[in-house]
Amino acid sequence: MDATIEVSGLRKRFGRTLALDGMTFRVLPGRVTGFVGPNGAGKSTTMRVVLGLDAPDEGRALVGGRPYRSLRDPLRHVGALLDAGALQPSRSGRDHLLWLAHSQGLGAGRVDEVLGLVGLAPAARRRAGGYSLGMRQRLGIAAALLGDPPVLMLDEPFNGLDPEGIVWIRGFLRELAAEGRAVLVSSHLMSELEDGAGHLVVVGRGRVVMDVGVAELIAGASHDRVTVRTSARSQAMAALAGAGATVAAGDREALVVSGLPADRIVAVLGARAVPFSEVSAHRATLEEAYLDLTRDAAEFRGAAR
Amino acid sequence: MTRLLRAEWTKLRTVRGWMAGLVLAALLIVGFGALFAAAGHSSCSRGPVEVPCPVPPLGPDGLAVEDRFYFVHQPLDGDGTITARVASMSGQIRLPDATPGVRNVVSGLVPWAKAGVMIKESTEPGSPYAAVLLTGAHGVRMQYDYTEDLAGAGPSGAPRWLRLTRAGETITGEESPDGARWTRVGTARLPGLPARVRVGLFAASPGDIRVTPNTLGGSAASSRFAEATALMDGVSVRGAATGGAWSRDDVGAEVNPDGSVHHPGGLVRNGEEFAVTGTGDIAPNTTQSTIERSLIGSLVALIVVIVVAVLFVSTEYRRGLIHTTLLAGPRRGRVPVAKAAVVGGVTFVLGLAATAVTPALARRIGRGNGVYTLPVSTFTELRVVVGVAALLAVAAVFALALGTLFRRGSMAVVTAIVTLVVPYALAIASIVPDEAARWLLRLTPAAGFAIQQSLPEYAHVTGLYAPAAGYFPLPPWAGFAVLCAYAALALGLAAYRIERRDA
Repeated sequence: MDATIEVSGLRKRFGRTLALDGMTFRVLPGRVTGFVGPNGAGKSTTMRVVLGLDAPDEGRALVGGRPYRSLRDPLRHVGALLDAGALQPSRSGRDHLLWLAHSQGLGAGRVDEVLGLVGLAPAARRRAGGYSLGMRQRLGIAAALLGDPPVLMLDEPFNGLDPEGIVWIRGFLRELAAEGRAVLVSSHLMSELEDGAGHLVVVGRGRVVMDVGVAELIAGASHDRVTVRTSARSQAMAALAGAGATVAAGDREALVVSGLPADRIVAVLGARAVPFSEVSAHRATLEEAYLDLTRDAAEFRGAAR
Repeated sequence: MTRLLRAEWTKLRTVRGWMAGLVLAALLIVGFGALFAAAGHSSCSRGPVEVPCPVPPLGPDGLAVEDRFYFVHQPLDGDGTITARVASMSGQIRLPDATPGVRNVVSGLVPWAKAGVMIKESTEPGSPYAAVLLTGAHGVRMQYDYTEDLAGAGPSGAPRWLRLTRAGETITGEESPDGARWTRVGTARLPGLPARVRVGLFAASPGDIRVTPNTLGGSAASSRFAEATALMDGVSVRGAATGGAWSRDDVGAEVNPDGSVHHPGGLVRNGEEFAVTGTGDIAPNTTQSTIERSLIGSLVALIVVIVVAVLFVSTEYRRGLIHTTLLAGPRRGRVPVAKAAVVGGVTFVLGLAATAVTPALARRIGRGNGVYTLPVSTFTELRVVVGVAALLAVAAVFALALGTLFRRGSMAVVTAIVTLVVPYALAIASIVPDEAARWLLRLTPAAGFAIQQSLPEYAHVTGLYAPAAGYFPLPPWAGFAVLCAYAALALGLAAYRIERRDA
């Protein structure tokens, strides 16, 4: 089975709310795809449709070229984390994985393996009801990995994690993608995907707003700006403005210059003998790029208010 | 499907409370059985003296019988015939005293008062017999070996000629209006009947049983002493060893402390006319404790089983775990079926362990307290023991299906109890009219309790055949089928809904 998720033309209405409005995208193997959008943009609904939990009114969703509900031993094809809190509190974490393993024809050996992978082995025999949020997320990821699937779908896996946990998941997902898996990770916070995702599917109001590589997106949002570090800020600002650039003051010794390429900046500052310690292409953060992109989305403003 | 079943079994066994609940249900059956047997006590008095209650005689097939009548008889070796005319029948019934201390006796025959001719292995109560007889209100019958009863075709009243013919193990009963034109009533085969048997005239009358409404809407039965007297003539006996003097026996009579017979029958002979008076009945015994009474705890166990079965699915809805379950088994319709199979199967195994040991345990404790439990055939005992375990299992399936349909534990538990436990409790507590109780036990899932009825209704025995007395309106398997139909319907709906609806 090829490791892809294919979503095309999904529409789904819940009562008077149009949850999905022509959602279309592909998730390819070998990279982490961030699935980003404000709350209510249709991320979870899309995932539920892909996993066959909800039926779309129109369109189709395929995993490795097949509808989820036609898969035999589906957890060997797709691992999913939807709601880490979906546990029977009086059952131990290990027993939770054990019944899942049995449902896919797997044994207890695989359960202990994934428990080790997510670092939950010490707590495995305790009641899941006593787990912290972070432990539940780890248990959920262990469940998703149980069948060693080529496709992984994680809905908001960063929720409620401490910074250490966030770093761990990012690294873990990158490793999984590097093994050739298709990894789709949803989040309503772009910052959580920083350093994690290689590709982004940005959604709003039930449809895809942008389907783009992270490097490309950041480059686009950087708008050929250049960062200049100098101890003589006012001198530099005057010189660069004189040469026709737009200059904004950044933090402390930094200036953000646009309208003038880096080599010209070096020439101008050199000619005026303005000291500088660094001239570099400005790199926007993912968050900046995202906000840039979604600034116009009315729904996003509504959500942010 | 195997994987799904294994996964559901792992789910069930890894929640300690659920397994504990099901084990508790099994222990409740054993505990209640032992408790009721220990609490029950039965004693009999002979005059002012308390004595152990007599153990009822057993009939040819090992079932307890009543065998009490007045017998005027001769020996018969090998094949032979007895013929007699019942000229008239009359009787007496003792009603409750109108004036204290003064016996209030009225004349009258109860419907199943009986007199006629009989061939019986011996005068030992419980021995095989065949008889053709005239009854108080049911015409001519041929009865044999206690449970068998065949109706004659002729008009019902006396006078009536009756004839029994023995050929080996086969006995043929005939009736005639005039002693010339004979009609066959029936044929009985009494396996192993010895060459020498007793042949003669008999009379018996069961008590006058009246069913009256009780204050709550149910009914209660009371029995009064009755006896019957038959005038018989035209008596002829043919066959080897016959023709001698007539012997008389009060078969199965109780003896008073002074040595006299309690409620004696008798013979008044006037030339060729025999006036035979008898009391009692020749019939299956239905008046003692039954095997299903020892399984009374199954009603409480049922409630526990319902709660566990509902929780087995409703907690998945409450915690959102059902999504994980459906992801693991995307052929969703199979999910409730697998869950039902697992919770039903575990309930059956644990229930069977309890129902298998409880009757023997209760019988032993009861015997020490003078309580006699009626024996039943091995097949019937198996049906009751396995049936009650199956009842619990199917109830678990029903409850689980309701839990899947409602997705809410409380609603499913209430619905299961209201449709399964409440109708049965209302019916057996005799607090609704008998007819209403019967309809409850036909139409609701509670019909399934019929599987535990160990005694059949006998058309030739008057009794209170009401749910309160343990008699169900549907035959055991039919009643059980009603419950199964409800469970199958609910499970089918649950599978359909889970297949079609967004999870």
